[in-house]
Amino acid sequence: MSANFYYGIEVFLNGMMAGVLYSLVALGFVLIFKASGIFNYAQGVMALFAALTLVGFQNGQIPFSHLINAVFGTNIHHFGWHMPAILAIIFTLMVMILFAYLVEKYVLKHLVNQEPIILFMATIGLAYFMEGFGDLMWGADIKKLDVGIPQGGNVWLEENTAFLGGPDFYGFYLDNLDMWATVCAGLLVVSLVLFSQYTKTGRALRAVADDHQAALSVGISLRAIWVIVWSIAGFVALVAGIMWGSKSGVQFSLSLIELKALPVLMLGGFTSIPGAIVGGLIIGVGEKMFEFLIGVPFLGGATENWFAYMLALLFLVFRPQGLFGEKIIERV
Amino acid sequence: MQDSYVTADGRTIGATVMEMKNITLRFGGVTAIKDISFDIREGEVRAIIGPNGAGKSSMLNVINGFYHPQEGEVWFHGKRRHAMKPHQIAKQGIARTFQNIALFKGMSTLDNIMTGRLTHMKSGLFSQTMWWGGAQAEEVANREIVEKVIHFLEIQAIRKTPVGRLPYGFQKRVELGRALAAEPKLLLLDEPMAGMNVEEKEDMSRFILDVNDEFGTTIVLIEHDMGVVMDIADRVVVMDYGKKIGDGTPDEVRNNQDVIDAYLGVAHD
Amino acid sequence: MLYREAGDFKTTYAKDQQTFPIAFDRWGYFLTIAFAVLVVPFILNDYWTNAVILPFLIYVIAALGLNILIGYCGQVSLGSGGFMAVGAYASYKLMTAFPELNIVFVILLSGGITALVGMLFGLPSLRIKGFYLAVATLAAQFFLVWLFNRVPWFYNNSASGQISAPERSLFGFAVTGANAHPATSYLFCLGFVFVMAWAARNMTRGANGRKWMAIRDMDIAAEIIGVDPLKAKLTAFGVSSFYIGISGALLFAVYLGAAEVGEAFGIEKSFLILFMVIIGGLGSIFGSFAGAAFMILMPVLLKNIMVGQMGWPTDLASHFQFVIVGGLIVIFLIVEPHGLAQLWRLAKEKLRLWPFPH
Repeated sequence: MSANFYYGIEVFLNGMMAGVLYSLVALGFVLIFKASGIFNYAQGVMALFAALTLVGFQNGQIPFSHLINAVFGTNIHHFGWHMPAILAIIFTLMVMILFAYLVEKYVLKHLVNQEPIILFMATIGLAYFMEGFGDLMWGADIKKLDVGIPQGGNVWLEENTAFLGGPDFYGFYLDNLDMWATVCAGLLVVSLVLFSQYTKTGRALRAVADDHQAALSVGISLRAIWVIVWSIAGFVALVAGIMWGSKSGVQFSLSLIELKALPVLMLGGFTSIPGAIVGGLIIGVGEKMFEFLIGVPFLGGATENWFAYMLALLFLVFRPQGLFGEKIIERV
Repeated sequence: MQDSYVTADGRTIGATVMEMKNITLRFGGVTAIKDISFDIREGEVRAIIGPNGAGKSSMLNVINGFYHPQEGEVWFHGKRRHAMKPHQIAKQGIARTFQNIALFKGMSTLDNIMTGRLTHMKSGLFSQTMWWGGAQAEEVANREIVEKVIHFLEIQAIRKTPVGRLPYGFQKRVELGRALAAEPKLLLLDEPMAGMNVEEKEDMSRFILDVNDEFGTTIVLIEHDMGVVMDIADRVVVMDYGKKIGDGTPDEVRNNQDVIDAYLGVAHD
Repeated sequence: MLYREAGDFKTTYAKDQQTFPIAFDRWGYFLTIAFAVLVVPFILNDYWTNAVILPFLIYVIAALGLNILIGYCGQVSLGSGGFMAVGAYASYKLMTAFPELNIVFVILLSGGITALVGMLFGLPSLRIKGFYLAVATLAAQFFLVWLFNRVPWFYNNSASGQISAPERSLFGFAVTGANAHPATSYLFCLGFVFVMAWAARNMTRGANGRKWMAIRDMDIAAEIIGVDPLKAKLTAFGVSSFYIGISGALLFAVYLGAAEVGEAFGIEKSFLILFMVIIGGLGSIFGSFAGAAFMILMPVLLKNIMVGQMGWPTDLASHFQFVIVGGLIVIFLIVEPHGLAQLWRLAKEKLRLWPFPH
């Protein structure tokens, strides 16, 4: 087998790993959509905000220091401590839960009966708000995020697979961080599925997703469920923020990664957890393979920006509800 | 094919205008309509009755082309009707009202009824953009027709009200107005009296009869109120669990044992 | 007492359908037009023209277009930035390939090309609805930006990847390029706004507008009463893209002068126009004006206050801007989902009764 074949497999593996991360991100959307019918455009910015807050806690940054300095003419920046990663993660999670609570109280509650498009646009507004707020609170400069996950290519793997594929193949080069991310994301996905299927709260979640009125009538508190769901989504955002932030630093472009979840949702259906998983893998593998086989040789590369969308779009035209979504039967 | 005849109250019922032949309609594993055949004669008031879930609304949806039966044929004016899009069928002169009101909530009463004229309004996009000239003249001409409908249904006062704000009874009337504005040859009414009190039902019955009488419009209606059906229908089709269990004049159907067992019941003294 | 309709009875249906049924409004409209044409060109200065007035006029056209698509026809599109790019690049190719072509035709043709592209990307709307459609239009957005970046033919193989507008004139006055006087650019854009706003009003007031609104409100019922959904949706996409394309062409040729697709026509543009339409009011011509004014003025005002008067650094001001825009959108959607246009309508209704309470 030629070296190219094995490079192809490497691309495939990288695609699977990217796919798992996409699935995780998509799950954040699916949870909120299932529970409240809202498509949360702010999910990406939540990841960015979570990452910023994590770094802020770790480095002992003073929140809003830039603003305070401008208004009061002071020159403060740090508290002077360094928080260990685990503690910082716990505190950030608490911040995300507080955020979920505030969003439910001040935004969701007031928009209960509106059409989906209004809800969607409210989340766009929320995204802008959080972006500005996050920048005000922690500053907009690029930050390095390090919670101790090993990075760089996995040397052991590389050396031990170099024997395949002849003299031109140097072994599978897979990044340690990517592999850790895959494992974490995979664990999270499995636990979310188990949570949804086998716990009481998970069942309540599915009830709410099905029919708000009916869920209310059996005594489920819609508001409590929404806070729980947004908190879980916040946790998912935090994990995604850690993974991507470790890779490329914490900056605005982090929020755009979440946009990649959209084709995943289009493929897998907006309301399906298995759909998010399968869709994520298809998109992850699909876009990397397309770039490898067609994008770089024939189209000048950088097709990853749009390939996922085109794939999802084509899919949607033939199957509007996605792979696993409920079939839409129109009734008059 | 039967010859036309004149009813006791002076209306002329013509030849068969639409025939349903062995219609079977399935949704996945559920068979909503099983091998139903009946005909509709021009100028008559045909009622479809039966318990909930019998498939009556689905039957109406087959008539106006929204659902396509897996088996069977629909014959319209003596010709077999091929699967067409609903908007093409609307242009053939079939209009309808809906069980759960399907008005355009973002528009006023007047605009909603004006949408009923859309199959008759021909000016294209360019002419509309130029407005003064052809498009405005057509708008005024159609407005006059719609105003006649508004007058007929006595809803002048709520012309400019957004329909979302109207009480239920008025919404049903506006929906009837939208269907009438299309000047249809065949009018399908899906439970037009649902949720109405006695007075509103009398008004609605009067409107339906007037439409049939003055314009000779053929009417097919689904209705649960037996009093209404017996009073205004010329012939009745009875459905139960997707099958036809009775077909004839109101009196014939009232005395049909199958219909009594399935739906009408017997008066207990 | 000033603003009343008592005693003003309409005797023809034509009068009943007027755009400005109340005399006071009619006079207000004529005065505004007179002011805009006769007074403004002589009092505007460079800063205000460039910061506020030109962008306002140009984005009004885009907002009108997007309002037709989302507000009147109910089809959500997040691809407006990409379509503005189509208009801009179309105008660039036309200007460079056909130097004698009149600038007005260039702009109109750019709009036409964008309309065709818009209809192509609008085809999925026949199968996909709501969010799914919004996300599909994002595909258009990202794809178009990539296309104009990657395919050198679009920027005439220039090394920087930028496109810049050559000078063109109308009636002897330079309209594009460095020599264009702000007053001429202003009047040029104003002319387009006037014609296109009236065209939008006419398209939405009659049968055509009702077809779109029927599709928006209940597309199944619309189809059953005889509206062809394919034609209605595609015309909405086509007309809307025509407007957005013209806006993009004007933005590039008259306002920016030079553009790079990633900065000028990215997804932030799509959101900017979307916000104009939401805050201004969906389904309202006036709303498009109000929303555009709001989204253009607000950053300028904020910057003037925060940087100019309070002496804050510009990045702080721009972060605040995000916070305020985001916050306002959420507040608007909660308090008045129908936007500034609805607030204006309510104010006028109160005014009609004033000084009586009801």
